Amino acid sequence: MQLELKNVSYTYGKGTVFEVNALSDINLAIEEGQFIGVIGHTGSGKSTLIQHFNALMQPTEGKVLFEGEDIWGEKYDRRALRSKVGLVFQYPEHQLFEADVLSDAAFGPKNQGLSKEEAEARAREALAQVGFPEKFYGHSPFELSGGQKRRVAIAGVLAMNPKVLILDEPTAGLDPKGRDEILDQISYLHEKRGITIILVSHSMEDVARYADRLIVVNDGKIPYDGTPREVFTHYEELEKIGLAAPQITYIMHDLAAKGIAVDVHATTVDEAKKSILEALAGKGVCR
Amino acid sequence: MRNITIGQYYPADSILHKLDPRVKFLGTLVFIVSLFLIKGLAGYAFVTVVLVTLVKLSKVPFGMMLKGMKAIIFILIITVFFNMLFTPGEVIFTFWRLTITKEGVFQAFRMAVRLSYLIIGSSIMTLTTTPNQLTDAMENLFSPLKVIKVPVHEISMMMSIALRFIPILMEETDKIMKAQIARGADFESGNLIKRVTNMIPLLVPLFVSAFQRANDLAMAMEARCYHGGEGRTQMKPLRYEKRDFVAYILMLAFAAAAVCFCIFGGGWI
Amino acid sequence: MGIIKAVKLCFDYMKYGEDDSKVERVRAIDDVTLDIKKGDFIAILGHNGSGKSTLAKHMNALLVPTEGTMWVDEIDTSGEEEIWKIRQKAGMVFQNPDNQIIGTVVEEDVGFGPENIGVPTDEIWARVDDSLTKVGMLKHRKKSPNRLSGGQKQRVAIAGVIAMQPECIIMDEPTAMLDPTGRKSVLRTVHELNEKLGITVILITHYMEEVIDADHVFVMDSGHIVMQGTPREIFSEVEKLKKYRLDVPQVTELAYELKKSGIDIPAGILTRDELVEALAEKYAVRA
Repeated sequence: MQLELKNVSYTYGKGTVFEVNALSDINLAIEEGQFIGVIGHTGSGKSTLIQHFNALMQPTEGKVLFEGEDIWGEKYDRRALRSKVGLVFQYPEHQLFEADVLSDAAFGPKNQGLSKEEAEARAREALAQVGFPEKFYGHSPFELSGGQKRRVAIAGVLAMNPKVLILDEPTAGLDPKGRDEILDQISYLHEKRGITIILVSHSMEDVARYADRLIVVNDGKIPYDGTPREVFTHYEELEKIGLAAPQITYIMHDLAAKGIAVDVHATTVDEAKKSILEALAGKGVCR
Repeated sequence: MRNITIGQYYPADSILHKLDPRVKFLGTLVFIVSLFLIKGLAGYAFVTVVLVTLVKLSKVPFGMMLKGMKAIIFILIITVFFNMLFTPGEVIFTFWRLTITKEGVFQAFRMAVRLSYLIIGSSIMTLTTTPNQLTDAMENLFSPLKVIKVPVHEISMMMSIALRFIPILMEETDKIMKAQIARGADFESGNLIKRVTNMIPLLVPLFVSAFQRANDLAMAMEARCYHGGEGRTQMKPLRYEKRDFVAYILMLAFAAAAVCFCIFGGGWI
Repeated sequence: MGIIKAVKLCFDYMKYGEDDSKVERVRAIDDVTLDIKKGDFIAILGHNGSGKSTLAKHMNALLVPTEGTMWVDEIDTSGEEEIWKIRQKAGMVFQNPDNQIIGTVVEEDVGFGPENIGVPTDEIWARVDDSLTKVGMLKHRKKSPNRLSGGQKQRVAIAGVIAMQPECIIMDEPTAMLDPTGRKSVLRTVHELNEKLGITVILITHYMEEVIDADHVFVMDSGHIVMQGTPREIFSEVEKLKKYRLDVPQVTELAYELKKSGIDIPAGILTRDELVEALAEKYAVRA
């Protein structure tokens, strides 16, 4: 198992009157190569959860294991862990600081102790992988458009060669094309490099399309954990905790209610299209 | 990071919340000055009673005020330490090369009480007064300075905006720091010079964001017709009520008492 | 003449080179002509950098045209004298909820605008009460804005605009930084203001779902208005929208895909009910 949480709880202000349980007794096992979507409304505990994966936060109770080792063990090198488990925060472009794009992307590998040349080679590779055009490598990151800044910031984490890449709402504030481009790049990294992806998102449509496993966080617990098809069958319960299913799910349920034999578990446009066409063909609408 | 009480208004419905901010501002000044005037055990007992009464009247949990103390606990310890050790006088205790004198103990006690009362006293003001009211009060009290071309309105506007953005920038610092730690940055080890250069990945983004915010805010203020103090009306204009005059009278009485304790107080503290 | 009218509006800005001297003229808005009817709900779509925000800033004289003319309620925005009148008539809500709230207490922030235009104290209080009620934030009036959620902050910003008693509200991507719950609450508020008070709303966004209920939609690309019409007209041109880095709501996309596969349903389907009805009809006919 690549990453494991065992009975993890996190309490803010432990021992004071302001005690708040952000996570309570979480058990989670993440296998190498999974594409995981994490959903939950603001304040559900999902930000706290992902910061436990790379030791930015220490559980008040329980254990976090990376490749079987306790990351809060006495001799464990947590700085090294952070390059294996890369975390891209929300609006990551706010962390850019170098004079040019290449140096900024090389910041992570340099911190790993690589030489300038090696670090830049890694940075080049990472920038290419997020589809950042080479002619802008020498530009100041502050002159770029929002979408390009975002790519540089993601490349900055990617350049550390992580085995797990966690992204907190990587598409926030981007236009539709920008959103698709970033998500396609992430999906490409997952397929080509076999990186485990943990994607936090508010868009049910996006997680349905890309993730093979969905983790729902609510009130510091994980009420649902399964494939998108399984999780979205609970769409009524999801609504109660401030979430929803993709629009497609609702359409399919509406159609089924009209007596049309469609697959109510379809969660993406492609799945829905296929199922509707089949249903209608069964009745001879399509030639 | 988020425990800083400065500018953190605590909403409650108390007589202190309702008082005119000018009264509270002047009252705090009088209180602070008196802390340094008062002598004698009776004097300190008197200030303590007044302070406790004010805390009770404010309906703000005492814990909120102690939060403000956290920031100065270090200074407090150092002050106590130095006063205790380096005040000459009647020796009561010697250990290795350190001597503690009776005068030193009293001096340390005085300083500790003064400092902590000063913080609690001013916390009472900031917790019961919105920063806006406070800046309004200052704008009003300092308005005579306009005659000598001091931009009183602009300064008070700047102060209230700064107060609003302190918590936001604190949170932002925290976020950027975490993001850089996730990229392997190290803010903790190394010598002084190394540490300072290590701060660059934190400071540059912070400045960029602060300028961005300043730019946005200026635009938002312009869009809402802000064009300086001229022709501006006030939503909460400062008007003295009966209770404010009563408060002024009590304040005078307090000041008089403080002066008495200064002149006639004494004894061993 | 409508509440907002632009004729052949162009806007150039200067781009400075590294050495501060090399000046390049960039045309952000090119030959835009539009006329917005009082009481309408208008949406402006466009990818990041398409010029939509720049256009919005012309609508309350934060920017003035380089060429052409912009009128707000028949006042030419290039005249210096009536600038405060224009800004009172056309209020603006920006993207970042934190960077537009000036007051440290909710009610003081709402009163900021009226204070600036010299409204007497008693009336300020009446207006603040009234506008906070209208956006459903009255019970939070004594709170610090820092303790509110993103959606609540945006509603406070809207109340701040309403307190100026404007003719129209221009919203520059007000939901881009919000979660789905916040987005819904802001949109609901804006629609209510439009329906109940007849305030003209100009909503700039790149969330396609937010546009469905608009009276009229403009699509911008590289400073031009490239498409305009009712949401149905706009969303029936899926390919064209994608070319402008935009998208369609998932329902519309599914309908479009089905239509492409030979199912005979109307173009530009916008809601789930429409699609379900159309498909049920097909199903019934063949059954």
